[in-house]
Amino acid sequence: MRILTDSGIHSSEVDSSKGSNSAVGKPLPHESARQHVMGAARYVDDIPEPKGTLYAAVIGSRIAKGRLRSIDFSQVLKAPEVVELLTLQDVPGHTDIGPVFPGDPVLTDDLIRYAGQPIALIAATSEKAARQAALLAEIEYEEDTPNLDAEVALKQQHLLRPSHRMQIGDCKAALSSAPIKLSASMQVGGQEHLYLEGQVSMAIPGEEGEMMIFTSSQHPTEVQKLVAEVLNIPFNKVTVDMRRMGGGFGGKETQAAPWACLAALMAAKTGLPVKLRLPRKEDMVMTGKRHPFVNRYHIGCDQEGQIIAADIEVIGNGGHSPDLTDAIVDRAMFHADNAYCLPHADIRGHRVATDTVSHTAFRGFGGPQGMLIIERAMDDIARRLGCDPLDIRKRNLYRKGRDLTPYHQQVDYQPLQQLIDELEQTSEYRARRQAITAWNLQSRVLKRGLALTPVKFGISFTLQHLNQAGALIHIYTDGSIQLNHGGTEMGQGLHTKVSQVVASTLGVDLECVRVTATRTDKVPNTSPTAASSGSDLNGKAAENAALTLKQRLTEFLAEQKSVDVSAIRFIDNHVWWSEADSISFTELVQQAYLARISLSATGYYRTPKIWYDREKAQGRPFFYFATGAAVSEVLVDSLTGEYRLLRTDILHDVGRSLNPAIDIGQIEGGFIQGMGWLTTEELIWNSAGQLLSNSPATYKIPAISDTPPIFNVKLFDQANTEETVYHSKAVGEPPLMLAISVWSALRDAISSLSHYRISPDLDTPATPERVLMAIEKLKAEQRLTK
Amino acid sequence: MQFMLNQTPITLEEYAPDTTLLEFLRTEVVQRGTKEGCASGDCGACTVVIAEPDGDQLRYRSINSCITYLGAVDGCQVITVEGLSSESGRLHPAQQVMVDHHASQCGFCTPGFVMSLFAMMHQASKPSSQEQIYQALGGNLCRCTGYRPIIDAAKALLASENSSELVDAFSEKETRHLKSLKAWQAAKEESSFTLKGKNSAFFASPRSMHELLTLLNEHPEARLVAGSTDLALETTQQLRTLPKLVFTGHVAEMRQIKDHSDTLEIGAAVTYSEAESTLAKAFPALTGLLHRLGSLQVRNQGTLGGNIANASPIGDMPPVLLALDARLRIRNIQGVTEIPINQFFTGYRQTILTTGNVIESIILPKLSENSFLRIYKLSKRLDDDISAVCLALHLTLEGTRILDARLGLGGMAAIPSRAYQAEAALMGKEFIPEELHEAQMALSEEFSPLSDVRASAQYRMKSLQNLLLRAALECQSNQSLEVMQYANFD
Repeated sequence: MRILTDSGIHSSEVDSSKGSNSAVGKPLPHESARQHVMGAARYVDDIPEPKGTLYAAVIGSRIAKGRLRSIDFSQVLKAPEVVELLTLQDVPGHTDIGPVFPGDPVLTDDLIRYAGQPIALIAATSEKAARQAALLAEIEYEEDTPNLDAEVALKQQHLLRPSHRMQIGDCKAALSSAPIKLSASMQVGGQEHLYLEGQVSMAIPGEEGEMMIFTSSQHPTEVQKLVAEVLNIPFNKVTVDMRRMGGGFGGKETQAAPWACLAALMAAKTGLPVKLRLPRKEDMVMTGKRHPFVNRYHIGCDQEGQIIAADIEVIGNGGHSPDLTDAIVDRAMFHADNAYCLPHADIRGHRVATDTVSHTAFRGFGGPQGMLIIERAMDDIARRLGCDPLDIRKRNLYRKGRDLTPYHQQVDYQPLQQLIDELEQTSEYRARRQAITAWNLQSRVLKRGLALTPVKFGISFTLQHLNQAGALIHIYTDGSIQLNHGGTEMGQGLHTKVSQVVASTLGVDLECVRVTATRTDKVPNTSPTAASSGSDLNGKAAENAALTLKQRLTEFLAEQKSVDVSAIRFIDNHVWWSEADSISFTELVQQAYLARISLSATGYYRTPKIWYDREKAQGRPFFYFATGAAVSEVLVDSLTGEYRLLRTDILHDVGRSLNPAIDIGQIEGGFIQGMGWLTTEELIWNSAGQLLSNSPATYKIPAISDTPPIFNVKLFDQANTEETVYHSKAVGEPPLMLAISVWSALRDAISSLSHYRISPDLDTPATPERVLMAIEKLKAEQRLTK
Repeated sequence: MQFMLNQTPITLEEYAPDTTLLEFLRTEVVQRGTKEGCASGDCGACTVVIAEPDGDQLRYRSINSCITYLGAVDGCQVITVEGLSSESGRLHPAQQVMVDHHASQCGFCTPGFVMSLFAMMHQASKPSSQEQIYQALGGNLCRCTGYRPIIDAAKALLASENSSELVDAFSEKETRHLKSLKAWQAAKEESSFTLKGKNSAFFASPRSMHELLTLLNEHPEARLVAGSTDLALETTQQLRTLPKLVFTGHVAEMRQIKDHSDTLEIGAAVTYSEAESTLAKAFPALTGLLHRLGSLQVRNQGTLGGNIANASPIGDMPPVLLALDARLRIRNIQGVTEIPINQFFTGYRQTILTTGNVIESIILPKLSENSFLRIYKLSKRLDDDISAVCLALHLTLEGTRILDARLGLGGMAAIPSRAYQAEAALMGKEFIPEELHEAQMALSEEFSPLSDVRASAQYRMKSLQNLLLRAALECQSNQSLEVMQYANFD
């Protein structure tokens, strides 16, 4: 084995030379970086409260399933500092706040459907007093036995939404005649978001029933709508302000709204500002996670391992209510092929109901869970045929003549093929494979594993109407620009990128552009910042707004100088009407103002080309695909199941990067978060339906030592062939799935104990315990075959 | 009480004694740069740095302000993220490197990382390896970046510091602060009471064992506070009111480390960080565990005495102390008794310690020449996790023959336990893989561990048996088989 002597972590490469005249393409720091490090970046809980603010605490259900028999709040109301109690009877408007389909009561007064379900809200003059008072509620329950098992739920047809099916070719016939057949099933664990900033909202009542909401939400418009609905007031009386989140990851797409609604209800009832912030444990207990899945495949392939037919079933455990489960299971189905052609395919997706909190969006939105089953199949085929799994993967990639997905969208297959070839070279996959195989032969206890896995991720909301965005730009007479758009900043650098787009479009420095908080009174009817779409949609909308202003200024200057509009150029804070003559941007703006030219404009964008016929399960749901690949190497202790990730090489396609530093940050962060999902992050409920892994003491997200000591991350620099903003590609979610390489490498290391003959079962998260149990099972199988 | 908040002196007399430092910062002085991520000491978002007099200089340590009682910072300087940048707005180097390396995304964990970097910079011995950077930052969770840019920022900070142009405001004003902090501490000698609250609540910081015992005698209902890394969870997680708190952090007799000829004596209120070098020198096999015991912030507060007295079945040190035949010096108003640690734990979170008794110090016999010591901790995550299984194996060998065996186990029963049957099975055998079967069987007869959130019973038993094998293989080959050794490439 070549000992990896390379010291330290490689700084990822960033090309700062590109686009010297324009903010776009530069590795500029996050717009709030300075505020972050000074502790000056304000999150909702940091905003100084108006005088008289009340602090709310949720009284949640102790049991997971059953009914309320009796409630006694008398002790709660007698507790010090307590001001007001809110129950379902106090809700003037809608009581169901299900985001797409009903099923999420804002408070319950009867049926209990998950542990922690909110029953009442208490408000006091301090946070501590409110939380202490909440403990004094005396509630009696009629307790039922909860079901937490997705397969049992499916058997009993406890479905949140109807099952869905995608088909291409004749799967049944092709499968039965295939020379080689394999099948397997696996459990895929969920994932807690563990955004460092928990759920929080502050509601401030205004005049005539108006309500101002400060919240940490990826979807201010939905918060506005739901708050208005529970209060039974028109949407135009509710304003939602969202400056930044301390992490979202999907966990604040729909599930930030309940807390905003509760705070607003209490604010309306008391006429006072109300802040509701969930303590960490309640946040973990009361909000949904990434969906756990059970996946199965039956695959037929030829002697070379090329897939002929694939019958795949994915079962998404949605918890007690639909939330976004329908779209999440659809996305799992859309990604059950990952990067591989399944010429005959029958993909079925179920959305089962269990008695837990309602599972929700989480970076990847079902895609990762769907992808895992086909990546498992690739390894399984390789073991059956005695091949390197990389060869099986490459053999099955979409390519000429095999480029139609199970939902009949054509794949532009070339970038991923090139990308994988390049990564195979730069990571020295083949040489390391040889060395690892040899090393494992002489190492009795410790075993190494290696895997290269690709990602092909569809970009666009599969719910078509969400693929639209708006922006609002004001230019003030000192030349400074205020930018507002419908996207929310959760750390992903969206505001930085969109500012770069606007600065580049108007030829000014980035410092001239200031992004303000996302507000429903500036840009209305927005989509959630989700589906990796933030820059694609809002970047384009902002670009369009900037182009409108640029057009007005261009026409004004052209007329002033009697030149053709084609002569006008915006460069370096100046506007040029000839090679030699220019006026400063600020001066032009001032002149335009005096000439009564409007210096404010909205911009709008909708994604072109996409369509999907869900009845037929055919269409082009995705504008394009984002792709990437990773090679990971692990070391496993076969006595304890402990392991370390030693090295990861990533090549990822972000098109023409709007900001390479931010994109690399998304790739690295997504990869590590995905690794956590697949390795140490284990959600455990007991049979009574209580979440046991309910704090960061028992739920372990990656810490600093889990970052691989060798971590090479590069951007695959190729323009998006579609007309996206500066030909960039979405980057938020796709890199998370690069972490499948770690799981696959763990299976590779385990498989080495059978000299790569057995493809081990390894459910996720692959904790040291699961790894050891997989090893023990494999050893037992070997003893049987001997 | 008096303390400095950054450069501002703060004096408090009446204040709820179970207020945490974080609560004070965020709600009383409304300095909200310091964040609450978990309120349980598990994420590091609330990290602040405590500077306190240590001889002729200030000693800096990072702590979790969410699980630190306000009274514990009496006489200290509390440095928060708001205090770092200069008045002109120039960023502190610990802040600047984070900006330069794109090391913040959502920014919520960032103040905590900045403070851990600041503490690292002001450490007496600067980290020289990546492993030590991991140690400095292992108690700070980031959910966004994947840590690579933060590691790069830390490296850059250390590199720039070596070029030595960086002196921050804290270094410049250090002498002045040292003087005033020392003066405050001297004034303290007169009263044990740091804070008084309503209804005769108090936070007391006795300076001597006598004072401590007198207080406990007068207030038998008072709770002892050492590092508060566990006790404070009663405040922040269970929302209990703890009206009477007696802090051991200034009790001179409990703060000493004594190196006797064949034993080490560690005061019960000595923090893990303070004891680390002494312990690691005497027991090199313990080093790995010490680095994985909580996080640096926890080790900067947590004490050996607290870890023993709270009697958690999964505390990291008790198995080691059992394997080493440690003894506890227990003191009450009548005098002192010494008891072997295997008689200390009586049941789940229960000990022989009754009201009015305190652990004064822990006595660890040093290793003999033919001692073989291995300490293994199994957990889901390497950094800052709690053991699923802990095995401390202490053998006395003659060649490969086992003359004596002590096995201390964590996570296998309701209390930290010795594996007496397995020890008996090992006695007289060769310490080689072929002769372990009987001891492994003895483990499964003697223990029926639980399945819980950390591991299943099955895994606990199987991995424990396998750890015995790993130790034998390591003994045979004279090299470590732990995967951790491959984690770093210094």
